[in-house]
Formats: sequence, C-alpha cells, structure tokens
Amino acid sequence: MDARIDVYPTHEYKGFKLRPGKPFPFGGTLVPGGVNFSVFSRHASSCTLVLFEKRASTPMVEIPFPDSFRVGNVYCMVVFGLDYENIEYGFRMDGPFDPAAGHRFDKNKILLDPYARAIGGRDVWGKEPDWSDPFPHRGRFVFEDFDWEDDRALETPIEDLVIYEMHVRSFSADPSSGVNHPGTYAGIMEKIPYLRDLGVNCVELMPVYEFDEFENSRRNPTTGEMLYNYWGYSTVGFFAPKTGYAATGALGMQVDEFKNLVKQLHKNGIEVLLDVVFNHTAEGNENGPTISFRGIDNGTYYMLTPEGYYFNFSGCGNTLNCNNPIVRSMVLDCLRYWASEYHIDGFRFDLAAILGRDPWGVPLPNPPLLETLAYDPILGKCKLIAEAWDAGGLYLLGEFPAYGRWAEWNGKYRDDIRRFLKGDAGMIGDMGQRLQGSPDLYTKSGRRPSASVNFITCHDGFTLYDLFSYNDKHNEANGEENRDGSNDNHSWNCGYEGGTDDAGVTGLRHQLMRNAVAVLMTSFGVPMLLMGDEVGRTQGGNNNTYCHDNELNWFDWRLVKKNAGLYRFFKNMIAFRRAHPVLRARDYPRNADYVGSGISDVTWHGTRAWEADWSSTSRTLAFMLCGKHARGGTVEDNTIYVALNAYWDGLPFELPAPPAGQRWHVFANTALPAPQDICEPGREAALENQREYLVGGRSVVVLVAKDAGPRDRSRASRTSGKKVRKKTRKTKREG
Amino acid sequence: MKVTTTEQKGVAIVSIEGEIDSKTAPEAQDELLPVVDKHHTLVMDLSGLTFLSSAGLRMMLLIYRRATASDGKVALVGLSEAIRDTMSVTGFLGFFVVCDTVDEAIQVVQS
Repeated sequence: MDARIDVYPTHEYKGFKLRPGKPFPFGGTLVPGGVNFSVFSRHASSCTLVLFEKRASTPMVEIPFPDSFRVGNVYCMVVFGLDYENIEYGFRMDGPFDPAAGHRFDKNKILLDPYARAIGGRDVWGKEPDWSDPFPHRGRFVFEDFDWEDDRALETPIEDLVIYEMHVRSFSADPSSGVNHPGTYAGIMEKIPYLRDLGVNCVELMPVYEFDEFENSRRNPTTGEMLYNYWGYSTVGFFAPKTGYAATGALGMQVDEFKNLVKQLHKNGIEVLLDVVFNHTAEGNENGPTISFRGIDNGTYYMLTPEGYYFNFSGCGNTLNCNNPIVRSMVLDCLRYWASEYHIDGFRFDLAAILGRDPWGVPLPNPPLLETLAYDPILGKCKLIAEAWDAGGLYLLGEFPAYGRWAEWNGKYRDDIRRFLKGDAGMIGDMGQRLQGSPDLYTKSGRRPSASVNFITCHDGFTLYDLFSYNDKHNEANGEENRDGSNDNHSWNCGYEGGTDDAGVTGLRHQLMRNAVAVLMTSFGVPMLLMGDEVGRTQGGNNNTYCHDNELNWFDWRLVKKNAGLYRFFKNMIAFRRAHPVLRARDYPRNADYVGSGISDVTWHGTRAWEADWSSTSRTLAFMLCGKHARGGTVEDNTIYVALNAYWDGLPFELPAPPAGQRWHVFANTALPAPQDICEPGREAALENQREYLVGGRSVVVLVAKDAGPRDRSRASRTSGKKVRKKTRKTKREG
Repeated sequence: MKVTTTEQKGVAIVSIEGEIDSKTAPEAQDELLPVVDKHHTLVMDLSGLTFLSSAGLRMMLLIYRRATASDGKVALVGLSEAIRDTMSVTGFLGFFVVCDTVDEAIQVVQS
C-alpha cells in the first residue's frame, strides 16, 4: 500500500494533473510522480509555468500558478505525469514595468529559472543558435542520485596545494591533444595521467556554470573570424554545469559527466576548484537581453541607481545585488549545492570585492555574504579564494574580510616577482615579503601564509612564455585596435619582440621561465600555475584572449615534446615543493631559532653569507630555510638554500654552512642547460665547493643540505684543511 | 523496447532491444527486478539496444545495486561503441563487468 497521499493530484489544468507544491527547494525538482516547481518573486503580480517539448519552438502548455499555490513570495506547484527527460521549462512573470522603481517585468518573455540545475539551448559548443528562439536558455531536470561510492572532497591542507588554473575547452580542444572528446569534461578525464605526471594536486577550472558562448559574439572586422564569449565569465545559470563542455551535452548527461570528472580527479588525488562569477550575470545593462533575473525580480537581483539604471562595478554592464538577503541566499544555496552535490573542493570568486558591497555599492565593514560563507557548515572545509578587487576601483588585497577562512589571489606577488625577475632594481625588500608568504599584507589581520595564493601568471594577462617574449600587449585579434587588456604587464622581451629563432634570446626566455617556477615553488603560500606554462605556451603576445576559440587559447600538445626540458624542470620543481614541508609553512617565519637548531627558521643572505643586500640597487637575494623548523618544528626536513640572482652577470655567492654533518647538494641551477638544470628530488649531487657557488646571471640556484654520503665524507675529510678549502674556492667555480 | 529472459547453465540472460529512456525505463525495470530478485546474478545482453538515456543509465545501475545487495553480479555483453562510450564518460561503466560474448559473461558471473 502506498502510504503517501501527496503523490496524488488535487487539481487539474488543461489535462495536466496538479497539486500545491513545496516552496523548498527552489527550482524544478523530480518528486514521486512528477516535478515540483518553485520560484521566488517579490514584486510579480502573477506567474505562469511554461512547458516545452525538448527543443520545440512553441510551448506545449502554459499553466498559471493558482493563487492558492503561492506561499509568501514563492510560487510552487507539482505537475504530475511529465516525461521529465523530454521537457523543458520556464516562467512568465507579470508585474509592473517601472524602471525608476526597479521593476522591468515583461510577460512576453519566457524566463529561465535561476535555480535550473541543467540548462538546454547551447547543447553543443559553438553550434550557431536559432536567433529567433523565444526561449534560448531552457530549464531541464536532473537526477541527483550520482553514485559517488566513497568519494568526498579531498580536504588537502591548502598550503599543500599546487593549483593548476585551466580552461575546460582550451585544455584538450586542439587536435594535438589526441583525445576522443576534444574540449570537454571527458577530454580532461583522458588527460588526467598528464596532470598526475606533472604533479599538480588541484585544478582550478575557469567558469563552468552555464554561459552563452554566443553572448556578444561577432566577427573580427579584419580576419572575419568568429569572436566568442569564450572564457565564460558571464553566468546564465548558477546551478547548471556548462552543457556545451560535455561530450554528452547533446544527450543531456552533462551533470553525470561533470560529476564523473570530479570523481576521477579525486581518485587521482587532484582537487577541483571552481572559478565562480557572482559579481554580474549575462543580462548586461538595460540594453541587454532578458534571460532570467531581470524578468523575475529586477530590483532584488541587481544593484540599481536611484534612476533605475544598472550599477557597473563589474565592468560587464550590471552588478549582482549580492548583499540583498534573497541574493545572498541564492549564492549560499548555489555553493552548498556544488559542494554537496558535485563534491567541489573550493571556489575562487571572480571580482570578489563586489561581494563586500551593499545594495547601493558602498563597501561594507562586515559583509554578511562573506561572513555567511565563511561560517557555513556545508562549506566548512571548502577553500574560499577571493580575487580581492573589482572593476569599480575597490582594491582589498590584504584587507579582504577573511573570518579566518578566505584566501586571496595575491596580485602584489605577481607584480613584484615579475619586476624582480626581469631585473628591476629596488625589489629586494618586497621579495623578502613575497617569499615569506607576504606577511606585510596578512599578519595585521592575523592571517597566515595560506592566505596568499601566489601566482606569476593566470588566465588574465600574458602566459609565462609571453611574459618574457613581449614588452607590450598585442591584442589586435580581439578587434578593438589593441585598446583592451592591461598595459601594466611588467614584462620583458629579452631583446626581441615575439617569436624568434635566435638561440640566445630563446635560451634566456627559457631560463627566465625556470627562474619563475623556481621562485613560485619555493615561496611560502599557495602556488598557482597557468595551464601550459610548463611547456611554454604562447598567446602571441595577446594578454586578454577572452574571445578566441582557437590556438591563441588552446593547449598545443606538441609543446610537451618540443619543450620537454622546460616541462621536466616544472615537474621536478613541483615534486621538490611537495617533498619538502619546510617550503609549505603553515605560519610565518619568526626569524628566530625556537627549536634549538642553532639557527633561525629563515635566514637571509646575499653574495656574502649572512649579509643580504637590501639596498635599492641590489638584484640579489638568498635565503635559507632551516629544516628543523619545518611546520613549526613538528616535522623534520632538509635545510634548503635558495639563491636568486636577477643581475645580468654571474656572481659568486658565499654559502652559509649547512647543518653539522651535512653538505650542500645542488637540486636546481637554471643557468645550466637541461638536463643539468635540475634533478629528481632526492637525487641531488654534492657540491665540490661547500663555501661558495657561482650563480649565473639571471638565474636561480636551489641547494639542499643532506648527510654527507661515504664518498662525500671521504672527500670532506680530504678538503677539511683551511688551505685546501681556499684553493678549491679559487679554482673551482660551478655554474 | 523489448526484454527477453532466458537461462543458460543456470544463469539468467536478459536481452534488451530498442531504446531505454524515461518512457521505457520503468517498464524495463518492472521486467528485470523479478529476474534479479530470483537469480541475484545476471548477464545483460545489450546487442539490440539502440539508445540509453539518463533514465536508462539509472535503471541499469539500480539493477546492479539490487544484484550486489544480495551478493550477485551483473555482466554486460554486446555494448555498442556509442553506448559504451556514453557509459564510460558518465561514470556508469565502471560498475559493470563488460564481456565480449555471452559465454564469457556466464563464466565471469559464475566465478
């Protein structure tokens, strides 16, 4: 006997069996025998459910929500007997059109449900849409019964992550990827062995919430090439994965495919962070399309000027009203959904400073949304990473309200490291801060090195190869006469603008790329790499490739072979960081010996041991991390010495003595050609000269102190006399 | 959609022909559940299957869970390349033993 009576209809409309719905959860949810629809609107006067057969141009039925089915400001209804795999749904909202009062209702528009968990309409990437479709982005229903077995978020301590920022389509779209499903979630799955081999333990996916690649699509006036909303920083629906990124999108299986990707990455020890865009939506300003929010409750979802126009703190036409309690709840529901239903490990919030603004755009001292996310039980172990600025001029680097949870993309790390690497003088003081995890930015608010996500390159700006191949941006292909994109790149072309066969220029570029990853992997904080930098990916000097579905963005897999030496350097540098907890500090160095090792946790050096040159003309710095102080002295690690020489000539660096009974071994020297530039961690060879090391011009050297082996010991005893040592120092210069 | 059940060497062989989607999945499930409950172990011959939707994938997994709940096994035979690929990409394939022939499948589930 069926004991439930709520699986039986109570009402009927044009042959469709109905029943009053449940207000929670919002959205279209499969329930026994039917679908529960629930949508909020505070200012609408009525709401109609619009049902389509899949891909049909006219609705199969429009069912007005009976007045008795409304609970407060929520319209909710169960419709029974729907063929849930072959139906798409939307809403019509009636209400005032009064922009000055914030209202832009239009009952002629069919609106996408803000809580739609799957969205049809852009099922296959790049397929030109039917522009006459009255309802381009359509809600669909999903099963929420994916069999995760024993998977859950990996909960890797954030300071142990090596993040790899990537674009789903770019990673495998190029034919050179050789995958079965290029440019898809499935394509990433096929490339998991590559990610494992490289050694990253976290991928950060550029936006995967449903977006419209055809938003503002246009032809390049010169080349005729189609320009897209390629990166996807413009959300259509916050609860649905991008259908066109799924190999099975045409079958409507994007939800399962994406969940399977997360599950497989987790099986391989790789976390998944999502780049989420809660600062604006795809609806643009008053001239943009009405897709969802504008027609459902404009005044609730958007920040509006007193005249009813859209505030534009995002630079994209509108600003989501994220500290309105309704919108705050939606953001929270969304993140909880992705954390629980998709097992996502964390989120990076695009232009997150906006999330700290009140509905009138004023920065809040204690923003309720940021506090709510920080204290939420379901998000309790998720990484929360802010891009701590916005396009409205609010710059909160080091000041982002953190509540002990939030980390930040450290834009100052990016700029300072770039300037140091290209040889700017006067950077040594800043370098000292950046290498320690930027205590100058974060200690005042009681934060730790893990507050700093360190990066030198990201999707925004030059790739690492381009950073050392172009003095200026070359964005002509974007069709805006090179006006778009940042002019503040701190880049250096090594003597020639762009690609060249000149071995000297190319060699220097490869050396500088090695310097960059060596600094990144030996800095306290959380390192992030940009997809393809490990093989010298180029965008031809374009520092704003948001619109290109072509080789400007695609990972060229032929580079893996062509630049195998660079790849090997990256791989070993990542492995070195993961092998040495002393590099992954949880707390800032105290500049003191608190474990009785005889030296401080961190010590600073230069060409003279124990005497760092902090002067404004200096371009050299070395530091030594005491292995006995690793993780606050709780684990024992090797002592590590890193010498940075951004000066154009080689300089002898006097080495501090390694711990008693140990000798310096060389792990990396970027001045040497591959394969002498680096070795596998643990296979370092002892230095002949333990007192001094010649660090080549524009190069980085990483030494590790290890017990003197039997051969080393006999050599050490031979060279123990002061005289002999001096002689060695004069005659033997390495590098 | 048509389900045919036979028995070979004491193992139930279920052949499914046609499409399994949200319309036909409940019907297929009604036919398969009694077989699983009786035999616990079965071979599914899908060489006549032309389409498997999300609902179809779930029906398959339900049969698998029902079988393993009583320590049974489920082996698949005759997967088309397209269906095999869809099941692989969406993560459903990994639950099943996939065999080339019915005989091989019988051996596998009996072992």
